[in-house]
Amino acid sequence: MIEAKGLTKHYGDKLAVDQLSFNVRPGVVTGFLGPNGSGKSTTMRMIMGLDGASAGDVTINGRHYRDLAWPLHEVGALLEAKAIHPGRSARKHLLMLAQANRIAPSRVDEVLEVVGLTSVANQRAGKFSLGMGQRLGIAAALLGDPEVLLFDEPINGLDPDGIRWVRTLLKSLALEGRTVFVSSHLMSEMALTAEEVVIIGKGRLILQVSVDELLAQGSRQSVRVSSPDLAGLRRVLDDNGATTSVDDDGSLSVRGKNNMEIGELAAQHSIVLYELTPQTESLEEAFMELTEASIEYHGAASAGPQLEKEIQQ
Amino acid sequence: MTTNSTVLIREKRIPAGRYSLTDLMRSEWTKLLSVRSTMWTLGLTVFVGLGVSAIASYETRTHWLSQPQSHVGFDPTSLSLAGVYVAQLIIGVLGVMVMSGEYGTGTIRATFSASPRRPLVLVAKGIVFGVVTLVVAMVTSFLSFFLGQGLLSSPAVHATLSTPGALREIVGTGLFLGLIGLFALGLATVIRHTAGAISTFVGILLVLPNVLRPLPNSIYEDVSKFLPSRIGANILSIGPGQQGNGFSPWVGLLIMAIYTAVLLIISAVVMVRRDA
Repeated sequence: MIEAKGLTKHYGDKLAVDQLSFNVRPGVVTGFLGPNGSGKSTTMRMIMGLDGASAGDVTINGRHYRDLAWPLHEVGALLEAKAIHPGRSARKHLLMLAQANRIAPSRVDEVLEVVGLTSVANQRAGKFSLGMGQRLGIAAALLGDPEVLLFDEPINGLDPDGIRWVRTLLKSLALEGRTVFVSSHLMSEMALTAEEVVIIGKGRLILQVSVDELLAQGSRQSVRVSSPDLAGLRRVLDDNGATTSVDDDGSLSVRGKNNMEIGELAAQHSIVLYELTPQTESLEEAFMELTEASIEYHGAASAGPQLEKEIQQ
Repeated sequence: MTTNSTVLIREKRIPAGRYSLTDLMRSEWTKLLSVRSTMWTLGLTVFVGLGVSAIASYETRTHWLSQPQSHVGFDPTSLSLAGVYVAQLIIGVLGVMVMSGEYGTGTIRATFSASPRRPLVLVAKGIVFGVVTLVVAMVTSFLSFFLGQGLLSSPAVHATLSTPGALREIVGTGLFLGLIGLFALGLATVIRHTAGAISTFVGILLVLPNVLRPLPNSIYEDVSKFLPSRIGANILSIGPGQQGNGFSPWVGLLIMAIYTAVLLIISAVVMVRRDA
């Protein structure tokens, strides 16, 4: 269980994380979503006690990271790929970490096997590709067989086979009852892996929601309509409870009425239609919309609830 | 590359107590010896120390009879330890790299994840690196002495371990090099960048004396005796019973130890305060 309460981080004048509160519970994969630069990595470093919080607090199973008796036995983290001395071998890198927390040296070979680096374990890490670096980082996270795991963009640099492997790994770690917190800037990736997501933008919490719920909200339908009498059509649709907006290309985007209803309404009012196309908004688009909005509403005190309401409409 | 999609079966065995200095020292030992540059640098220290000693001693003996003016106040021990001037630079570079290598590569975050009590990391690193450096420095110092004295031989004057002051010079040199290594480690912890830390180290050791040189002589003498380079030189140059301008070797070593201790305390403080 990871609990963040009002977590805030300033870098000089820049506000990187802004009063972030969320819970990550055990037994499920929790995605940590946000565009690049939204404060995901900073938050993860604060969880690990690497960066000090300017305000607020974050605990792991009720304790601060700095107070853990055997940190690597309790928390494992992949914070960045290739954060390793290029002259040191993968095996020695893991060994020195194991020794620092009295983890059996035999465990080093076990995790190397798990991530598939056994054959290159004695090679200098400087020669590793980004994907191999990620695997080594994952091995380091698994080293102490911890209850709580953090992964910052774990699929970066992995090939399709590696990506599939990471998805399976994350899910099985959660199935074993562990707390798994994974950051990503790809909604589609989290839709495949996570059960719950914490979405942030510009360092602020946008919402914490289950993926199922988000899918239900996210795949809402809209209809693309164009007509020579756009204003007239819009008035009719608005009067009948639909939500309309004009797109960049001059066509109308309609929600709350399907293509048949729109067609019938247009016919009743003798409005000519040129186009009537049902659109399905992808999860990725829903996410983009959410995070863009966070930029737009940045500074507004009620950004969180306001957006949440908007999604539920 | 083959990968297993299953995770190992969990059998949690968390040790009793808490991770300790001993655990971290074991980790630091592995870190130190698992990068090639350490072995290269330590090897180079011994090689250069002995090499300079051999050349200086051999040259002196060759020209001994033709240069009688140099016999006055000749200290064969000091001559055979001349390699210290180069060795201190190499050891300093190693001291810097041991710490800046962690910051530069991001390994420091892995290190602090394993040990969030950061000062303990500094202590473990200091002990492991300090002891290794001290041993290598002592070995280099003694070997340089024996090699140098062997090459000096007749007709030149040469020393033995029982020559007054000889043992003090040899041990003093070893201790000085050990402290220089820790001093560099401290600098690197504060500065964190390899190039910056090495420049600062070389600046303090080699450039600072020259910068101070234009000062009026009386002031220069008062100030320069506090410089590490001057302290190091005095360990080698003040013969028994001689009264030099600077501190005596033991006082000099004490001052050097104080510098190092202060720098390491500052290091510990900034290490805790800064984001990793």
